Amino acid sequence: MSVLTTKGATMRFGGVVAVDDLNIEVERGEIVALIGPNGAGKTTAFNMITGVYTPTEGDVLFNKDGGKDMRTITGKRPDLITKMGIARTFQNIRLFGEMTVLDNVMIAQHLHIKSGLFGAVIGWPRYYKEERRMKDGALALLERVGLLEEAYELSTSLPYGKQRRLEIARALATEPSLLLLDEPAAGMNPTETLELTEFVRQIRDEFDLTVLLIEHHMQIVMDISDRIYVLDFGKTIARGTPEEIQNNERVIEAYLGVADVD
Amino acid sequence: MSAITSDMLLQSLANAITLGSLYALVAIGYTMVYGILRLINFAHGEIFMMSMYFAFYFVTAAMLPWYLAFLFAIACTGILGIIIERAAYRPLREAPRISLLISSIGVSYLLQNLAVVLFSGIQKQFPPVAMFQDVITIANVRIQKLSIYVPLITAVLVIVLLYLVNKTKIGMAMRASSKDFETSRLMGINVNRVIAVTFCIGSVLAAVGAIMWGLKYPKIEPYVGTLPGLKCFIAAVIGGIGNIKGAVIGALLLGFIEIFIVLFFPALSGYKDAFAFVALIVILLVRPSGLVGEKIANKV
Amino acid sequence: MSKESKSPYLPATTQKHKGLSRTLSIVVLAAFAVFLYMANSGKILGSYELRIIRLCGVYAIAALSMNLVNGFTGQFSLGQAGFMAIGAYVTSLFIIPTAQKTAMYYVEPIAPWVESLQAPFIVALIIGGLVAALAAFLIGFPVLRLRGDYLAIATLGFSEIIRIFITNMIPITNGSLGLKNIPDTANVWWTTIAVAIVVIFMLRLMKTSYGRSFKAIRDDDVAAEAMGISLFRHKMLSFVIGGFLAGISGGLLASVVGAITPIYFRFTLAYEILLIVVLGGQGSITGSVVGACILTVAREWLRFMDNGFSIGPLTVPPIAGMRMLVFSILLMIIILFYRRGLFGSNEFSWAGLLRVIKSIPQGIKRLFTRKAKAEGGGS
Ligand SMILES: Nc1ncnc2c1ncn2[C@@H]1O[C@H](COP(=O)(O)OP(=O)(O)OP(=O)(O)O)[C@@H](O)[C@H]1O
Ligand SMILES: [Mg+2]
Repeated sequence: MSVLTTKGATMRFGGVVAVDDLNIEVERGEIVALIGPNGAGKTTAFNMITGVYTPTEGDVLFNKDGGKDMRTITGKRPDLITKMGIARTFQNIRLFGEMTVLDNVMIAQHLHIKSGLFGAVIGWPRYYKEERRMKDGALALLERVGLLEEAYELSTSLPYGKQRRLEIARALATEPSLLLLDEPAAGMNPTETLELTEFVRQIRDEFDLTVLLIEHHMQIVMDISDRIYVLDFGKTIARGTPEEIQNNERVIEAYLGVADVD
Repeated sequence: MSAITSDMLLQSLANAITLGSLYALVAIGYTMVYGILRLINFAHGEIFMMSMYFAFYFVTAAMLPWYLAFLFAIACTGILGIIIERAAYRPLREAPRISLLISSIGVSYLLQNLAVVLFSGIQKQFPPVAMFQDVITIANVRIQKLSIYVPLITAVLVIVLLYLVNKTKIGMAMRASSKDFETSRLMGINVNRVIAVTFCIGSVLAAVGAIMWGLKYPKIEPYVGTLPGLKCFIAAVIGGIGNIKGAVIGALLLGFIEIFIVLFFPALSGYKDAFAFVALIVILLVRPSGLVGEKIANKV
Repeated sequence: MSKESKSPYLPATTQKHKGLSRTLSIVVLAAFAVFLYMANSGKILGSYELRIIRLCGVYAIAALSMNLVNGFTGQFSLGQAGFMAIGAYVTSLFIIPTAQKTAMYYVEPIAPWVESLQAPFIVALIIGGLVAALAAFLIGFPVLRLRGDYLAIATLGFSEIIRIFITNMIPITNGSLGLKNIPDTANVWWTTIAVAIVVIFMLRLMKTSYGRSFKAIRDDDVAAEAMGISLFRHKMLSFVIGGFLAGISGGLLASVVGAITPIYFRFTLAYEILLIVVLGGQGSITGSVVGACILTVAREWLRFMDNGFSIGPLTVPPIAGMRMLVFSILLMIIILFYRRGLFGSNEFSWAGLLRVIKSIPQGIKRLFTRKAKAEGGGS
């Protein structure tokens, strides 16, 4: 019952093979981590899954409910993939800088809107209702991630850790079934980092999610993940449970000297 | 449609090469500036226009012999290029790229209005130089000597430029700066100086192009640079922006397109100025990196 | 709404002064309407001044059109002159009386179907806008895939292609001779009400989910797309509405100036509109309106420069084009030193005005200290 499967997904940039023959499978409700040294191709894998890049070779398959019949989403437009139920956050935070925290979250609900532009401008009752619903939903989400007090502040004026949480809230607002988190702990302070594990588990349960995350912080990875994939120079060098990965020779080798960056 | 004779073909061939070579000189300036600042220098066409006026006044008012006049005009244009960069682009080094683009549009507008004040809006006649404008007949084809000189001069300048960019220290600094300002700075390159030199070279080439343009199409007015300017930018895009050889190839191609479409379809001659834009849109859709350029993907 | 008023996190000041601001706005707008009424009846202003006010309106709409695409959606496009040309020609062909049309086309006879076009001004104006919007729609397919400066040059290119077509389709457009005897229907009421409608439309649009999506695309298109916003669809919406508004402003322009030729719609027109947008602030609706008024009035006011003038003992002889030079120097100063324009991406508010007035003394002080520092530190 997998939600996401990649089949031999490969991404080349000129001579560089950023991701080489990636085969991952994520089951419904799982929290799976993608780890590896800098430049291993983790973000590139996310970009292939979310349609930012079209894989040079291979396929990406997705089924919202984790059923048998998986549909290929290879090379589909990012917005369509999001509509199908995959949401993501970005490693190098990409908030809408000139908008408030609330507007950032409301934007992510635009994909559900049914009113047309003119209906919206005229203030048609249907649009009015939709706008209300978006706003209530956004405020609820902000409350959930603890950003309600900052709702009317400029998104980029938030401290780093809160910006990360806002990115997660924004991704949740698209109502995904698969959530991709690209280094959610980067830039968070120690307390926030400690809370992250629990937070991700909670939102998984609350919003009925499947989570695939990239993280350098080993403690989080080991605590949070059901399973782990390890990339190095684009190649998948290991896969397994946290215990298996911790004792894997090749992984230790790849991380030698790089281990525990924080 | 009247039959096209082989003489007409040869004649058009000569015209196309001449026009393409003129475009090339101006296109190189665009491509070099774009390569280093990622800026479409909208003011480049106005630099072109100014140098025609410089040449005009050095001949008619300063009464210099044409070769000295042209030399001074070229030098003045080089200095103008440096001044523009210093005054209008350097203050925006840290600003968003769009601000730079707006500034170049502002400079273009300013130079046009400046030209009206300095030189008046009344059309002037570029001073003739017999040596270039004499007509000779080769195998039934009557061509101006200019049509022989222009490609030659362009070829020589391009070779010199390629040597400069690929073999000299300043050229190496240019190539480094076009990759990454910060790293170049750390390597001890004075990026501001490199940019100034780039503008100077671009403007000098535009000046040579402008003078030969004036000899071929002798009408000067303050708006004379805008359209050739845009066309040459298009030539640079067709070739692959940031690439000098690409600019030359794109310019020659554009010269051929303009001359030969009119030759084969005389009814379209009124639409001649639109060809370049159509070519631009086609190339941007089919091969946005241009004929010679490398593909660049956006990093996320 | 209910949630908003309950929310303790809204800045308190905006709530407290809301009523006062609204009253103030209504009073000022009413005063302006009375002023227009008296002006239009010839009691205060002559036709020259009235024409300037009308032009302010025309340029305001053109600037709003460009601002929607450039400032709010972040798609740097320079095609406005072309869309204005379409609006101007289409509107004119519908409102010039048939007999005068026939007489005007002496290079080539007028196409019969063009000759028979006739419609009331408002209908003609809307048709002009729709044809411009259609052109924007068609052009949008190829160009909206491009980014940044490529988009700029491609839209400029299409605008030039439109102009070249207008110049060459002589039986329809009368070629380079252009159209004249365009009825002077667009009086101050027409232009002012048109501006008001467009401003209200834009203000409302920017408060809707669509407006937010436009801004999201501007702020970060990759993130916007990842949030499920179709870039192409929304850019196209913005571009087509922009085309429509530019067409409307072109139609009004034709009626205000009375005669148009293809030359009128050269690159320079797009540059001028861009400069209005930059002056007012990219992403500010009221900014575009104020910018249009300032630039249009300043350009006329600077006219004295062309006739020679004296500052104290210094006498400047009359030089043709002087005013445009001074004008473009002023613009350059704004571009270089006040990049965000008058309003940045904010809208006009009375509180903002008050803040600005209060900060003037400090600003002057800062200006001098900065100058002193620059002089001291200059190498
Ligand atoms: N658009 C692109 N063009 C060219 N090369 C790219 C592009 N995107 C990524 N790469 C290259 O692909 C490789 C993998 O990059 P990627 O960003 O996926 O690494 P990562 O595992 O996310 O690393 P990090 O931990 O630093 O985020 C790198 O060598 C990178 O330079
Ligand atoms: Mg990464």
